Amino acid sequence: MQTRRTIIATALTASVFLAAPWATAQAADDTVLIPCVCELSGAGAVSGTNFRDGAHLAADEINAAGGILGKKIDMPDYDTQTDPQTSRALVQKAIDAGAYAIMGTVYSGSTIVNMLVAQQAGIPQFTGAEAPSITEKGNPYIFRTASSSAKGVPALTAYFKDTLNVKKIAVAWVNNEFGKGGHDVFIEEMKGAGIEVVADVPSEQGQADFAADVAKIKQSGAEAAFVYVNEEESARFLREAKKQGLDIPLVGEVTLTGQKVIDLAGGAAEGALAHVGLATSAPDPLFQDFVKKFHAKYNRDTDHNGIKGYIGVYAIKYVTEMVGEFDSQALADKLHGLTLKVADHPGLLLDTGWDETGEMLRPSFMTQVKDNQQVVIGMVPAN
Amino acid sequence: MSEFLQVVLSGLATGSIYALAAIGFTLVWQAAQTVNFAQGEFVMLPAFFVLIALNWLGWPLWAALAFGLVISVLVLGLLFKKLVVEPMLPNTGLPLIIATMAVAILLKEGAKEFYGAEAQPYPALFPHTTLSVGGAVVSIQDILNILVSLSVVLALTLFLDRTRTGRCIQATAQNPAVAEILGVKTRRMVLYTFLINAALAALASMLISPVYLAKFSNGETLGIVAFIAAIVGGFNQIRGALVGGLLIGVLDNLTATYVTTTYRAALPLVLLIVIILWRPQGLLGTSEGRQV
Repeated sequence: MQTRRTIIATALTASVFLAAPWATAQAADDTVLIPCVCELSGAGAVSGTNFRDGAHLAADEINAAGGILGKKIDMPDYDTQTDPQTSRALVQKAIDAGAYAIMGTVYSGSTIVNMLVAQQAGIPQFTGAEAPSITEKGNPYIFRTASSSAKGVPALTAYFKDTLNVKKIAVAWVNNEFGKGGHDVFIEEMKGAGIEVVADVPSEQGQADFAADVAKIKQSGAEAAFVYVNEEESARFLREAKKQGLDIPLVGEVTLTGQKVIDLAGGAAEGALAHVGLATSAPDPLFQDFVKKFHAKYNRDTDHNGIKGYIGVYAIKYVTEMVGEFDSQALADKLHGLTLKVADHPGLLLDTGWDETGEMLRPSFMTQVKDNQQVVIGMVPAN
Repeated sequence: MSEFLQVVLSGLATGSIYALAAIGFTLVWQAAQTVNFAQGEFVMLPAFFVLIALNWLGWPLWAALAFGLVISVLVLGLLFKKLVVEPMLPNTGLPLIIATMAVAILLKEGAKEFYGAEAQPYPALFPHTTLSVGGAVVSIQDILNILVSLSVVLALTLFLDRTRTGRCIQATAQNPAVAEILGVKTRRMVLYTFLINAALAALASMLISPVYLAKFSNGETLGIVAFIAAIVGGFNQIRGALVGGLLIGVLDNLTATYVTTTYRAALPLVLLIVIILWRPQGLLGTSEGRQV
């Protein structure tokens, strides 16, 4: 009797253990793994959190509508802590877990490091980073979710030259991969436009005191300043500029008029201008619908990084459906040189294309902060 | 000239807050003969206590500030002393130093987990009004930051030198065994020191957060700069911490304006090396005994 019970118990236990991998495999067959490797803490937390939340919003919508080719998106989050080496390890971890494609990272300094891992594994990576160097390295698996500063900064040249009519300009930039890329493009552009750069002021990521930076710009005689720093530093810069009475147009690329900067700057962002590839304030029904959905889900507003995450996931969906199967290599191949019309692909919010380097091609916006809100004041065609 | 004045005044304002944090290093060194590597996080955390009262409890600013001060004194003073310092103190300095590092990580990660990783806007304590001084623009907040810090150092010095409790704290710092024999309640004096340190950290937090914004990682930079300020000024002198803080604040701005912005973050470390080589006890420190 005792022996029979032992045999039955053993058989039941064995059947449970034998069934477990099958059940897991069944679950895995129903999902496609698209991990979000982004900056959820550290200096890039504002950007990374918005990017992650935008990506999850898209994934939830796609899953509710039946998924991609019948499979639900499984999107675990990996926090890089805004540390390049950690991000590299996490991209490897995501690939080891069986990622079909990877969302992130947002910071250029991290992306430059971790995209080599995804390249070696042949996994397409959708980055929110904007440093020009990212798509200049011949990596066939990297794709932007916003135009780089190599596209964005030149769009500002005409604004400085023709709209503001400045002859002398200052540049305040953050000394990291993101800032250096934009700074180098800006210096070249100003040289070409015949505008003299009279103050060139680098700052450190996470810098709190901008008194010296603003004082230098104020004394330089600049007629406008190009401010190219990350979100929190943008807010601190704007506060100090207001305190010291820096009474010249402050123009940024992407971050300066973001909602988080406006909130953190506490009124000091009023009047600031920026060219943005993606604007939550764009007077377009698709953009406004996205903004409403984001607010409804997270009970807060997002900045352009939320849009990056959102359109990145939709790009994966649309192109995978065009390919017709989950083949990472085919996804990457298909994306190069592809243009998707928003009429057929509303999740992309605007007509969107990627060139052979993975650079994004789409129209962009000039924005200004008015009454503590980012307002679109003009449209810039794709360049 | 106005540019020079601008960066000096702004540097003094920032340096005065470094000084408040640096005084904490001095006090804890005197009370427990250890270095509190959680001092930066002690300055980071009170801002979140204030934000909890403001945003979650819906209290007015003055009540939120009072709440932040009281909770800081209880958590960073009383609890820190009872739960971390007292159990570790008999094991000499090194385990306690490591324990403070653990506390730093706990506070940082706790703030991140509880309030999120993003920087939070923090209300200014003073009006945004600015004054023109010799062509430089100085905000009321900057001036009051400097005045508050100077007043605190003056009041603390008077308290320690002119009151019976202050002299008992000094006696405990200099020689706890002899102070005990003379009837000084040394454990209570040590507790007072930790409570004062927590209150100063809360004050520094309230002054600096409108500029730094409230963020879980603020303590990293603040802690290092305040530690260096305390060593540069003299680790065993309160007025040394003040001088060290102001010096670093001003030199940081002068370096960024007239020498290099790229290497400005390295300046405090260069200053530290120079001071240690030239005057190991710090600018105003004494090389013998310990004095609060």
